Amino acid sequence: MKVMNLVQAINDALDIKLKEDKGVVVYGEDVGVEGGVFRVTEGLQVKHGADRVFDSPLAESGIAGTALGMAISGMKPVIEMQFDGFSYPAFNQILSHISRFRNRTRGKYSVPLVIRIPYGGGINALEHHSESPEAYFGHTPGLKVVIPSTPYDAKGMLIAAIEDPDPVIFMEPKRIYRAIKQEVPQERFSIPLDKAKVLQQGEQITIIAYGAMIREAQKAIVIAKQSGYSVELIDLRSIWPIDRQAISQSVRKTGRVLIVTEAPQSYGPAAELISIVNEEAFLSLEAPPTRLTGFDTVIPLPLGEKHYMISPERIATEIERLIKY
Amino acid sequence: MIDQKTLNKYDPIKNKAYQLIDDEGKPLDKVWKPRLSDEEILQAYKDLLFARTADLMAVSYQRQGRMYTYPPNLGQEAIHIAAGIVTKEQDWLVPAFRELGAWLAKGVSLKEVFLYFKGTEDGSRFEKANRVLPIAVPIASQLPHAVGLGYAINYNKEKDAAVFAYVGDGGTSEGDFHEALNFAAVWNAPVIFVIQNNQFAISVPLKMQTKSINLAIKGMAYNVPSLLVDGNDFFAMHEALSYAREQAVQGKGPFLIEARTYRTGAHTTSDDPSKYRTKEEEELWADKDPLKRLKGYILHSKIDELKEEEKLIKQYKTHIDSEFEAAEKHPEYKIEDVFGYMFEELPDELKRQKNAYENYLRGVK
Repeated sequence: MKVMNLVQAINDALDIKLKEDKGVVVYGEDVGVEGGVFRVTEGLQVKHGADRVFDSPLAESGIAGTALGMAISGMKPVIEMQFDGFSYPAFNQILSHISRFRNRTRGKYSVPLVIRIPYGGGINALEHHSESPEAYFGHTPGLKVVIPSTPYDAKGMLIAAIEDPDPVIFMEPKRIYRAIKQEVPQERFSIPLDKAKVLQQGEQITIIAYGAMIREAQKAIVIAKQSGYSVELIDLRSIWPIDRQAISQSVRKTGRVLIVTEAPQSYGPAAELISIVNEEAFLSLEAPPTRLTGFDTVIPLPLGEKHYMISPERIATEIERLIKY
Repeated sequence: MIDQKTLNKYDPIKNKAYQLIDDEGKPLDKVWKPRLSDEEILQAYKDLLFARTADLMAVSYQRQGRMYTYPPNLGQEAIHIAAGIVTKEQDWLVPAFRELGAWLAKGVSLKEVFLYFKGTEDGSRFEKANRVLPIAVPIASQLPHAVGLGYAINYNKEKDAAVFAYVGDGGTSEGDFHEALNFAAVWNAPVIFVIQNNQFAISVPLKMQTKSINLAIKGMAYNVPSLLVDGNDFFAMHEALSYAREQAVQGKGPFLIEARTYRTGAHTTSDDPSKYRTKEEEELWADKDPLKRLKGYILHSKIDELKEEEKLIKQYKTHIDSEFEAAEKHPEYKIEDVFGYMFEELPDELKRQKNAYENYLRGVK
């Protein structure tokens, strides 16, 4: 075991897979010499060579499209979109080709690749550096979309993503890149990509969150506990496919659900989760399934972010309102 | 043979297309000898005739309501037949959607082509063809794939392999065209980019597409050797493609060919070209028809008298009809075909959606 933060855990997973599988290559903007703007790929080029870990020209569609070519050749590219807001130029490649090639060719060609995207706000960044685009990918047939919230999960899920025979969008909550440290096994291990995780058992309400919102929810639960409320917390981990069973089990027990996401509200992951709650646990509900999400606004620049980002206090207020409903 | 001198002479900035035979099929240079044998040339003519016959029949199947939208190849076949000869088993073919002769040369069956345009993904199974990508509908988006394939060839140290990637004139306005050329140059990827400049992107003429004096010139900024070629001249295309492939497999990186041609037919069977181009222009290009020119060469150089064309076409038609009939007998599109190829293993969520639909069909509440 070794104490790691998210950055170190992701780096460790990449290192292990680069060592194990000669087909793995890691590339994107600044990922080579510099080791990425967040230093996630630091040291990997020196260790594994510049034909395996390298800087590409600055063009996201080119990065994604070339990765598809490599993947159908039998390689396993792990590419980086430097920031959430820079993944949009790659949309056509991701939505029109990467997600569809297996189906289009009836399985003749598959696309085993991973697209890493640091995402989310709360880091006092420029515009286009704080977005939560997971719904776009989750809405796209043919993609698996996952988001770890701990170093342990980050390592195990990234290894599973690289070993997956199909394309995986691996979103990294950059706000907590270095905020959480945890003991992580040094050896190779993997975590299934389609399972949510109950982080805390509770009786009166279920909170479903993922990414950086987990930490905010945990703080809210501490506040709620002071008023004597018993809260269950689910880390969704997989945006698509969604672990229906974990959700239905929990909400049937608690009868109440609050979804917390940083992404804008309309047509977002929270809406999808509430639909599932309605389908799976309608007769158990004691209060309307509720969402606490980002606004349907552009995420503000740093000075305005305090209004947009969801605070533990807001989550705690909703918990109380729903339990008293 | 193309050499550096030829490349200098046909520097894209001079805006002169590389050409070896005239509109009647006569060599422009009396000393020039094709690098193909007489037998190979005769075979190329037959392949071109076959591709043209199949293409014309595809249009007529569509007109009979037996097939959906189809993009005709008429007038552009010399490019495909020349490429088919140059492309080897171990080379990748990355098509746009108007390269019928090149697909057939790579081992794609006519039945598969018909299946695709009859409306099933089964047409892209390519059961007997290796290293062929399916048709790419979003314009130019296939070009980065070609560069990734080229990177893999270098990465795996494959010796005698290259990638042939196609795009149309309209595609050169897309960002992916430029990203692909740039990535290929930086990575020294063995990719031969072929622009089929057929003068129109559906209805939009080239002059509305670009201010560049030609399309080959766009490669120069990326330091990709580039050549403007008469795309209706089978021999010029064969020579240019052969040279490009030699360069690529020798580790000299990508090459760009602008094949200047004309889309004699419509963009697809849903389009009416009389709305956006003149009869005069069509007649001008009819003189440059690639089959006519190749036949002219064969007759002038006395390789063959080509007296059996009618008979050949009749044979071809019988074969093409049988391929089409086989496509018509293809099994029905099943629910499994909708869900079964999305992932290697069907995720629970898709199983649930599939079951719900099947239960509905069975009348289960």
